[in-house]
Amino acid sequence: MIHFVVHEEGDGVGVVVVEGVKSGQALSGWIMEDDQDIVIQAKSDIPIGHKVALRDYKPGDTVIKYGVDIGKVVAPIAKGEHLHVHNVKTKRW
Amino acid sequence: MDLSEKMFFGFKRENGRTGVRNHVVILPVDDLSNAAAEAVANNIKGTIALPHPYGRLQFGADLDLHFRTLIGTGANPNVAAVIVICIEDGWAKKVADGIAKTGKPVAYFGIEQHGDHDTILRASKKAKEFVQWASELAREERPLKDLWVSTKCGESDTTSGCGANPTVGNAFDKLYPHGVTLVFGETTELTGGEHLVAARCRTDEVRKKFQFVFDRYQDVINRHKTNDLSESQPTKGNIEGGLTTIEEKALGNIQKIGRKCLVDGVLDKAEAPSGPGLWFMDSSSAAAEMVTLCAAAGYVVHFFPTGQGNVIGNPILPVIKLCANPRTVRTMSEHIDVDVSGLLRKELTPDQAGDKLLECMFRTANGRLTAAEALGHREFVLTRLYESA
Repeated sequence: MIHFVVHEEGDGVGVVVVEGVKSGQALSGWIMEDDQDIVIQAKSDIPIGHKVALRDYKPGDTVIKYGVDIGKVVAPIAKGEHLHVHNVKTKRW
Repeated sequence: MDLSEKMFFGFKRENGRTGVRNHVVILPVDDLSNAAAEAVANNIKGTIALPHPYGRLQFGADLDLHFRTLIGTGANPNVAAVIVICIEDGWAKKVADGIAKTGKPVAYFGIEQHGDHDTILRASKKAKEFVQWASELAREERPLKDLWVSTKCGESDTTSGCGANPTVGNAFDKLYPHGVTLVFGETTELTGGEHLVAARCRTDEVRKKFQFVFDRYQDVINRHKTNDLSESQPTKGNIEGGLTTIEEKALGNIQKIGRKCLVDGVLDKAEAPSGPGLWFMDSSSAAAEMVTLCAAAGYVVHFFPTGQGNVIGNPILPVIKLCANPRTVRTMSEHIDVDVSGLLRKELTPDQAGDKLLECMFRTANGRLTAAEALGHREFVLTRLYESA
């Protein structure tokens, strides 16, 4: 079962594609571009469509998805935690 | 899917274009004419009124866009004939003359010095004539290159970027070599991925034009913004669906133009393209505005990927919805034409997903109603550039 997908190797986030992911759950991931499998432990409840951090982040870090910059970290995020508007903001506008 | 010999059944119009629908449109030029237009459409079955809130005291480029959108909508090959109604004769004639250049039947009516009753009576008589004439037109086999296909996504979420949007990209990559006329747009929704679109422009001239319209739209945002636009762009629904920043949304959006096709030209809002290929239209990212502009530019089928479940349709342009979010497919199934959620479970390859969309495109072009058409979604939304005079 695929719990989350990652666009490219090197991306710092995965997208949860199933409902009901709970903190502590072991998640199976699929890196689409390279057809690789990875595993990570969730450290937050994460709704479907929301992102799981694949590494630790500190404020000021850049988040990479699709191999491209998608914004800046504004609060610490641990690997396996929910990464969203509460800890990442746009660098534009 | 081998597209080299593929044909579809459409309505060949007087100007050589091919439509996939056969609407008789009752088109108000201004807000004041909505009541009469809707009364005519109510009187004469098989016609459709396109009410909207604008057309008074507009000026300059905003007025030009208003006329271009109305004339383009009437001229669209999905429309067989048009009745134009305006508060007065002059602008009714202006819009009717613009549409009449296609060679299709058009009649116009001004309300002043007649009142609604007489206008509705006269317009209804003409509408009956048009609809009976149109009802005898037959579909004929047409080559694939006659299809003009537009795309714009809505209520996107992260599954849009990894499922539904790449499916459109796969279909676009397959249609492009066959001389199909394609378009995408949503100028602000490329923010963070604009360099990727610029890199795909066929020539330096196209790239320069793209960069100019992109930068101009950024200036509009920077001039009027009161925050970082979070909850506007990305929308509240996008954020609910897991999209965090405009950059992330843009990178998902751009998946719709595939991996191979090049951007052949840049269009102004509602501007008709001058040839086949992939066009970028400088446009709003609001779904109904953008789809209305695509219809006005002459596109006849629309691919609309959604994540959280945008329910949009258009009165004259069939909007095909595809979705990769299994929750949306389950909870909003009546809105989804093509379920590509299998992509995220490795049950469907991108190539299969693209073919599934193309198969739905051919069925839709041949006459099958989309979910939005069956549900009566007829969002006709005109883009405004600034305040009225």
